[in-house]
Amino acid sequence: MDRIQSLEMRGISKSFQDVKANREINLTVSSGEILGLLGENGAGKTTLVNILYGLYHPDDGQILINGEPVRLRSPKDSMRAGIGMIHQHFMLVEKHTVLENIALGYAEAPFLFPQRSLRGRIRELSAQYGLDVDPDKPIWELSAGEQQRVEIIKALSRNADLLIMDEPTSVLTPQETDELFDILRKMTSGGHSVILISHKLEEIMDICNRVMVLRKGQVTGEARIEEVDKGKLAVMMIGRQIAAAYPKTDIDPGDAVLEITGLDVDSDRGLPAVRGLSLVVRRNEILGIAGVSGNGQQELVETITGLRQPLSGSVMMKGVPLDHADARKAHTLGITHVPEERIKYGIVPNLLLYENSVLKRHRDEPFSNWIQMNYAVIKDHAGKLVDGFNVDAPSINIRVKNLSGGNIQKLILGREISGGPDLLIAAHPTYGLDVGATEYVRKQIIELRDKGGAVLLVSEDLDELFMVCDRIAVMFEGRFMGQVTPDSCTIEEIGLMMAGSTLQEA
Amino acid sequence: MLDIIVSVLTRTIIAGTPLLIATLGEIIAERAGILNLGMEGIMSAGAVTGFIIAFTTGNPWLGMLAAILVGMLLSSLHGFVCITLRANQVVSGLALTMLGLGISGLWGKPYIGRPLPQRMPRLDISGLSDIPVLGDIFFNHDWYVYLSVLIGIVIWFLVKHTRMGITLRSVGENPKAAESQGIPVNRVKYLAVMTGGGLAGMAGAFLSTAYSGSWNEGMVAGRGWIVIALTIFALWRPGGAFLGAYLFGGIFVLQFMLQPLGVSPNLLAMLPYLSTLVVLLIYGLSKSGQRRMSAPATLGEPYVRGGR
Amino acid sequence: MQIDLLPRERSTATLNLLILFGSLLAGLLAISVVFALSGVNPALAIFSIFKGSFGSWYGIKETVTKAIPLILIGSGLAMAYKAKFWNIGAESQLLVGAIFSTWVGLNWGPHLPAIVLVPLMFLSAFIGGALWGMVPAVLKIRFGINEVISTLMLNYIAAEFVKFLVVGPWKGATKGGYPYTDDLPAAAILKQFPLSRISPVLLSVAVAGALILGWLVYRSRFGYEIRVIGENTHAARYSGINFFRTLVVLMAISGGMAGLAGAGELMSIHHYLSYPDSLSAGYGFTAIIVAWLARLNPSFTIISGLFFAGIIVGGDAIQISMGMPAATVDVFNGMILVFLIMGDFFISHRVRIRRGRTVDA
Repeated sequence: MDRIQSLEMRGISKSFQDVKANREINLTVSSGEILGLLGENGAGKTTLVNILYGLYHPDDGQILINGEPVRLRSPKDSMRAGIGMIHQHFMLVEKHTVLENIALGYAEAPFLFPQRSLRGRIRELSAQYGLDVDPDKPIWELSAGEQQRVEIIKALSRNADLLIMDEPTSVLTPQETDELFDILRKMTSGGHSVILISHKLEEIMDICNRVMVLRKGQVTGEARIEEVDKGKLAVMMIGRQIAAAYPKTDIDPGDAVLEITGLDVDSDRGLPAVRGLSLVVRRNEILGIAGVSGNGQQELVETITGLRQPLSGSVMMKGVPLDHADARKAHTLGITHVPEERIKYGIVPNLLLYENSVLKRHRDEPFSNWIQMNYAVIKDHAGKLVDGFNVDAPSINIRVKNLSGGNIQKLILGREISGGPDLLIAAHPTYGLDVGATEYVRKQIIELRDKGGAVLLVSEDLDELFMVCDRIAVMFEGRFMGQVTPDSCTIEEIGLMMAGSTLQEA
Repeated sequence: MLDIIVSVLTRTIIAGTPLLIATLGEIIAERAGILNLGMEGIMSAGAVTGFIIAFTTGNPWLGMLAAILVGMLLSSLHGFVCITLRANQVVSGLALTMLGLGISGLWGKPYIGRPLPQRMPRLDISGLSDIPVLGDIFFNHDWYVYLSVLIGIVIWFLVKHTRMGITLRSVGENPKAAESQGIPVNRVKYLAVMTGGGLAGMAGAFLSTAYSGSWNEGMVAGRGWIVIALTIFALWRPGGAFLGAYLFGGIFVLQFMLQPLGVSPNLLAMLPYLSTLVVLLIYGLSKSGQRRMSAPATLGEPYVRGGR
Repeated sequence: MQIDLLPRERSTATLNLLILFGSLLAGLLAISVVFALSGVNPALAIFSIFKGSFGSWYGIKETVTKAIPLILIGSGLAMAYKAKFWNIGAESQLLVGAIFSTWVGLNWGPHLPAIVLVPLMFLSAFIGGALWGMVPAVLKIRFGINEVISTLMLNYIAAEFVKFLVVGPWKGATKGGYPYTDDLPAAAILKQFPLSRISPVLLSVAVAGALILGWLVYRSRFGYEIRVIGENTHAARYSGINFFRTLVVLMAISGGMAGLAGAGELMSIHHYLSYPDSLSAGYGFTAIIVAWLARLNPSFTIISGLFFAGIIVGGDAIQISMGMPAATVDVFNGMILVFLIMGDFFISHRVRIRRGRTVDA
């Protein structure tokens, strides 16, 4: 097959159940070009590239390579057509060597001693693009950047002309990011093209020739990189208008509930995720944390809720130190948590609704004593949650997995709020919810604040933060770039801080 | 004294042979991520089938072939339940053990205690077999013994040095990565489980048509479970299977040799299991050890295509 | 035409029951095929099995006798499996229970009245089984050793140890050349219903044990945490459940129940410690199916335990009446278990058969 000179996606639509992930999307990319695909989580970027990689089949639309329509039914088809994909989570076998990973499924590798004969090919590619990596090392001994290079070599060795990269820098150190960009530049000057998914504005400005912005499954902007700046991109990504804030009673914040000073936390990969961060949340106050995801928000939340051990710094809840990863202690100190991955952490899908209604509170009076669960009280409580928080469920005796996402979230929120917590940590609480449920969840959070609760709200949705919060802190690479109040700040300023400028610069 | 040593070593190799064959089979299945606890049952079914066919046809080679087929058939049932229906591999394996033991009891009843007219012949390698001492220990066995060594070397080579081996290992370690490179993951798993089952059947046929030359209920005598232990002891490596099989085979032999000297055969019989636990414990003590030895990453987990 | 396997959104109790009986029926059908292939009249064989177990007073009494250890062990296993802790070491937890109670019986028994000795022996058996059961829990949480492997290894270690005891240091002075310990003192022997081998005390312990474990799993706080761990370890972490404590206690109970079964067999049937396979007849493995058929509800093992005890007794009967081998029961058990777990798939999935072209491609 000829090399890919141009690739075009025309009128691509794809739905999952009732959610329209992609609507009528047109995309072109040509040889030597890096196209940035920008958008918030859930904007439909990943769905779009998965269609290109043959993992999903579009409901509508067609794909053309060099002007010829092609059908991509599986990754194999895509690979054969010259499309390579590098997933955000690397598709590598950790215990195998670099060579073995490249030989896996590689049709041109010989049957006998495939490792031996691939070595030359790898050396060739390494030299050509500066992809430095030891072919005989097992993957688990490599850094994230090296592993990514293995993925790139894997794609190139299969003659990929178009490389799709899904948030390639999210696991890299800044230096590794620079190295990656050098590699990408070398590749495009050799005629390759790249689709780069990101929600980091700076990167897009740095490396891309063109940018396409997705929002809620649709294209909301497309431009050559010279025509835009970070501020413009932020607006395209977030939406043009910030909705008005919810009517909130003005209450002066009360005592400090949560005080964090000089907190350092590492990510799972051992990279610094939160660096020297300090914050205070008071009663009657909602502190919002803005920022593109992957800037340490998750690690911060996990530390406060007792799921992750901090390296240094102090977390004081009502004056009591929370220095060990101890979710039980965080709970008894009055911290509740609406987790980001709500199905994974927040519920037990196969248990019944009423059993889920006391998860984490199951050790509290009056739901249980030292030995026995008090299911009469629990059922009563579940009924009240269902009514009080508008959970649309046929009964409290159904398995929670049968509820819709929005109703699961209302149930979790209800469970976490109804006890009147001192501090609610809500991570992306309206992500993926429909309009009605979103509105409802936000109102409940405000109500908790009005009643004297403190709230830490982590969200990527700036609309939400502007509507709900009393203060907003913008997080970037584990630090706060600045703190603002919604009425004294513009979306451009927030956008710049999200991209790494401090408040003064913005 | 020399006689005793020669005799111990000779018998060690013989005792280790069925363990070696079946362990190689289990290694292949587990490398593809399928835990097959049904080895005891499959070996038993292989033993009875091998015996019946060898008995009725007078040809032990046909017996071996039939045993392999039965082993593949039984393990394909395990495959269907665990791969296609994604059921629990532990429970399915136990069911397979019961089924295999049951079927062999049922089919073998009329043959209990009848001697096989024609056992698997010895392989005389002219010259080698006549070497004193070494010839007795290494070159005076039946075909199975040499076949098992050959199979072991072939499997070691295939797993380590071929594309096929990389595919097999990847399917057990990271099926998603394998699938993203166009590998038909579940087909590989089926093939691996059935190969493993075939080898277990062959190991059973060795017991009835070469080792003892007769069939008796319960003649596999827990070897199928030792195989599970051995697979771990070998750290899922064919080379380790050789070492482990002959070591454990040696312990079998010593149980009887040392009894007159006052060593409890029962305490000796514990050794394979105890040493497997100790190996696991040593590796389990450190994080890097856990990583170095750890079982195929997705062992025991069903794979859902395109799942997350 | 294309066959799709889709997750099932809703399942009802009726549907589950229907699938359960469907699986049993399909299992019986498959067993019939195996019997027919083996030259046995399947209808006659299956009829004889159930006639042998439930068709006479003698059969029923024997069935209840054998159901007792199955219920004791099965309920403990069901509980462990609720936490997805795959304890397949009940066989050895039974043996260690038997070792502990034998020691108590032989050493303290002669000086104690039954009212003290019997509870003491039960208690020691529970402790023995519990300790042996806690080992794999600790190995798993502290050293990452898979419990399937460790419980399997421990089975053989305990079995060899029992053999070592009965041919070696504990070999009875009064037993001639046999590998038995001496008889337990009379105070340790449980009274039985007349003309049967059923001990009322043991029967009550088994039934009460299964009911208590059922209560623990579904009503207690401990059981709630077990179920959360089994269904979603992430959520268990999120809700601050102490894995170590919960799983160790869980395995102490699971192993302890098997230990009780060991003491029960000893005190009501055998009266002395002997070779492992004469003491247990594979109860530890059969109980796995008992737990599965009970759908992992410990209380339901009272019913499923009776069912499989019936198959064991019926299997013994057809050995005599039809001259079939002892292993026939294994065909029965294995096949039923295979179909039970196949049935589980249809509880969580539905099958859709579509005609014509697929839309996706």
